[in-house]
Amino acid sequence: MAIVVTVTSGKGGVGKTTSSAAIAAGLAQAGHRTVVIDFDVGLRNLDLVMGVERRVVFDFVSVISGEASLNQALIQDKRLERLSILAASQTKDKDALTEDGVGQVIEQLSDMGFEYIVCDSPAGIERGATMALYFADHAVIVTNPEVSSVRDSDRILGILQSKSKHAEEGGRVNEHLLITRYDPVRVDQGEMLSKEDVCDILAVKLIGVIPESKAVLKASNTGFPVILDAESDAGMAYSDAVARFLGEDRPLRFVTPKKQGLLSRILGGGD
Amino acid sequence: MPIFGLFGRKNKSSAAAARERLQILISHERQNRLGPDFLPDLQREILDVVKKYVAVRDDQVSIRVDREGDASVLELNVTLPEN
Ligand SMILES: Nc1ncnc2c1ncn2[C@@H]1O[C@H](COP(=O)(O)OP(=O)(O)O)[C@@H](O)[C@H]1O
Ligand SMILES: [Mg+2]
Repeated sequence: MAIVVTVTSGKGGVGKTTSSAAIAAGLAQAGHRTVVIDFDVGLRNLDLVMGVERRVVFDFVSVISGEASLNQALIQDKRLERLSILAASQTKDKDALTEDGVGQVIEQLSDMGFEYIVCDSPAGIERGATMALYFADHAVIVTNPEVSSVRDSDRILGILQSKSKHAEEGGRVNEHLLITRYDPVRVDQGEMLSKEDVCDILAVKLIGVIPESKAVLKASNTGFPVILDAESDAGMAYSDAVARFLGEDRPLRFVTPKKQGLLSRILGGGD
Repeated sequence: MPIFGLFGRKNKSSAAAARERLQILISHERQNRLGPDFLPDLQREILDVVKKYVAVRDDQVSIRVDREGDASVLELNVTLPEN
């Protein structure tokens, strides 16, 4: 069976779609056949972030409803041969995602030989989000160092621990904490929760810290996963997170303020 | 200019305030999650019984379940009015 990795958070706008694209691309780069599915029915975004918006003909819901086959709906990434994308529907409503339907798609993807199925969860705790959670083997909890995001993440952990398939069967979903939009300077100044604070409060194993980065907007503007910008801080931080997910031990980077040289301080640059 | 000292690093930072508030809130919310499903109904019914005898507000009755080893302890708190 393919391994289902659900990227979730409760709160919107914290970086789930950015992270789903990066993680899926990272897994494909590491040699694993990977598909990334947009569960945000009605508000699809993953296609834009992945740069395939003009290639969407059929989507996740059209496969569930039997209108199209998986082969027709899967979009093969042009940069990474092992990566495919399954877009969300823009028109149908979220009730179109049924447990049986989603389960069958996951099974078929496994049969096709995909090793990882990355699920980009919508915000909230309604159908799209609970469906993305239900089948998870692993959950990547995307959290910003900010009160409402941390609280919502904890609610999602509660749902994972009671309403997921694994929980129902007496098991457990593997939980990983991914802190995003981290600003070490503000943490240093006591204006932002530190990674230690967030880890302590949520009590979930940290898989990575992604800095607040201009590279993210640049990547989404042009339509590629930021992990492919291998020179950028966010790209490197995502690469580290994927490597840790695959069992490698890597130290955290970009978690302390950059030491500014005298010249850049005078010139006021520093990026 | 001592006034800057008031807002300086030595005072409790806003991040520390966030951490404290979250710790309290989340431990409370986890307690509620861990409790059995009938807890909200039980709380409502107990409240109705208490109200038959004393005038209490809804927020003056609290009920929670604590795990202690393999036993669960049901804790009921009623704040009675002064007179
Ligand atoms: N590490 C980051 N640095 C800067 N901006 C980010 C970062 N992560 C996400 N963003 C921005 O935040 C916004 C929301 O991100 P998105 O991935 O769509 O969140 P979600 O899917 O959780 O709603 C986007 O504009 C995105 O570019
Ligand atoms: Mg999203």
